[in-house]
Amino acid sequence: MTFTDYFHSLDLNNLVKRSESISQAECERLLNKPKLQLSDFPVLLSPNMQSYLEPLAQRAQAITIQRFGKTMSLFAPMYLSNWCYNRCTYCGFSMELDYERVVLSDEEILKEAKALSSTGIQHVLLLTGEAPDKAGVDYIEHAVRLIKPYFSSIGIEIQPLKTVEYQRLIKAGVDTLTVYQETYHKESYMIYHLSGKKSRFDHRLETLDRGGEAGFHRLNLGALLGLYEWRYEALAIAHHIDYLKKRYWKSKFGISFPRIKSFVGQFDVQYPISDKELVQYICAFRLLFPDLGISLSTRESETLRNQLIHLGITSMSAGSHTEPGGYSGSDATCQFDISDERSVEDVCQYLHTQGFDPMLKDWDLQLVSD
Amino acid sequence: MTQPLIIAGRECRSRLLIGTGKFASPQLMKESIEASGSDIITVALRRVDLESDQDPFLEVISPKDYVFLPNTSGARTAEDAVRLARLGKVSGVSNWVKLELTPEPDYLLPDPIETLKATEQLVKEGFVVLPYINADPILAKRLEEVGAATVMPLAAPIGTNLGIRAKEMIEIIIEQSTVPVVVDAGLGRPSHAAEAMEMGADAVLVNTAIATAGDPVAYATAFKLAVESGRMAYEAGAPGTQVQAVASSPLTGFLNA
Repeated sequence: MTFTDYFHSLDLNNLVKRSESISQAECERLLNKPKLQLSDFPVLLSPNMQSYLEPLAQRAQAITIQRFGKTMSLFAPMYLSNWCYNRCTYCGFSMELDYERVVLSDEEILKEAKALSSTGIQHVLLLTGEAPDKAGVDYIEHAVRLIKPYFSSIGIEIQPLKTVEYQRLIKAGVDTLTVYQETYHKESYMIYHLSGKKSRFDHRLETLDRGGEAGFHRLNLGALLGLYEWRYEALAIAHHIDYLKKRYWKSKFGISFPRIKSFVGQFDVQYPISDKELVQYICAFRLLFPDLGISLSTRESETLRNQLIHLGITSMSAGSHTEPGGYSGSDATCQFDISDERSVEDVCQYLHTQGFDPMLKDWDLQLVSD
Repeated sequence: MTQPLIIAGRECRSRLLIGTGKFASPQLMKESIEASGSDIITVALRRVDLESDQDPFLEVISPKDYVFLPNTSGARTAEDAVRLARLGKVSGVSNWVKLELTPEPDYLLPDPIETLKATEQLVKEGFVVLPYINADPILAKRLEEVGAATVMPLAAPIGTNLGIRAKEMIEIIIEQSTVPVVVDAGLGRPSHAAEAMEMGADAVLVNTAIATAGDPVAYATAFKLAVESGRMAYEAGAPGTQVQAVASSPLTGFLNA
């Protein structure tokens, strides 16, 4: 059974309805339950649970400290290209947006890698738009080999590939694959993804299976919050993780919870998620999956990030640029605007004051590379 | 004074080994290690840059003051572990290695087959190998046969602080082993460590419990005392216990009548 078959057999709308009708008594019962299971997730997400955010947050913090310690892993994105042949209504790389597109040359990649690694960052996430003729698997593999001497962990967030192509990238030194479904609500997905390969909902849904089969050490997933009801997305993601964990048991799983940010185009957020709901979302995932990596994006403001780090977050970006060549002074167009402008050093200093040891290195290329 | 622990011919100051993950800062880690009295400390090879003197870990902990026990945390196969272990040796920091071969990333339970393979290979390459294992007495003997310097059975899944849940199996390992038995993983309280030592374990390894305690330095001291106390009790020979008090001899009393 592929994930698509499994996914389409789920009645997520019904689970959302159940979540919305959970009583206070059920919430209280859950708070006293030592080990939670997937069937408890609607309770964790329920509107009534918002009265218990403080105990939820305290439990999330305690679990995180026990499983991950008083540490915070830091990473930064590095954009290789903003070419894209998809038309996605919420994204700054969308094809119909008219600006000069770039793809970094070898020289520019090296310059960027040196500039980024000189900030102290050792975990890098490589990103591209979806334009296989400009930044295909050969190009990405080559880029990975070029930047290897400068980093200790390399992740990718690129167009979906085949299993054998992923295996090539793992051999080159990539340990982490990130694929966001954007929204798990198929009807909405079709409205936001107007054309291009990304408009194939089911194909994207199965991408993490291919990553799991290829053997990535870490698989990250998530939804872009604001595209559809957050409870629906959370329930879908929890089922996706549960499915993947059982099949690709050697991989570590992680989520992120990006909220739509302003970008070069125009987009009206139909399903905004409040800070309070975001806190509930994060704590719910931490309680259901004690060992899940939870990553905090630079899309959030410094003020909110400073609060959220205590609630179950295990990694965060720092000193980020979201345009190709951004660390070495390019003025190319970015994918979205960042909201936390602090340098890596400033973030580290802040983490120290909050009782966290910032981890710049938590991986070694010897674990994957040939 | 109790007898010293000897691993691979080296006499150790303490029977408490310390792990270095999860601390809130390198400084707190350093102070906790000092308080623990330990002289063998384990560090994940994936966390440190052994080539760099600016590495935050190496800045506070000098390889001159401790036996560095680099571990292969993150390795899923024997091949991964061997590659990582060589990093430690090449850097000249240590030829000791704690084998952690954990293909599943949440419970981090060790893979017995890959662990045996990697131990065999690394011993051949001249490493002092301390493998982390499930509490499996047969595996412990097999590892001993291929040259492991110790065996390190888990008390409970790592990071759980649950105490000695694999007690019966660890007792068999202690009974049968000719190399030191270091009880590793799952010890959450000083009393757990004392219990392991009273059972006759040669040493214990603690990390999460100390690193995530309210006051890690004080908790490290408490573990130090518990390990010393447990060892002293073991060497002194604990008196036997009885399940119930027996005041008379209801079945054989007639013999004295």
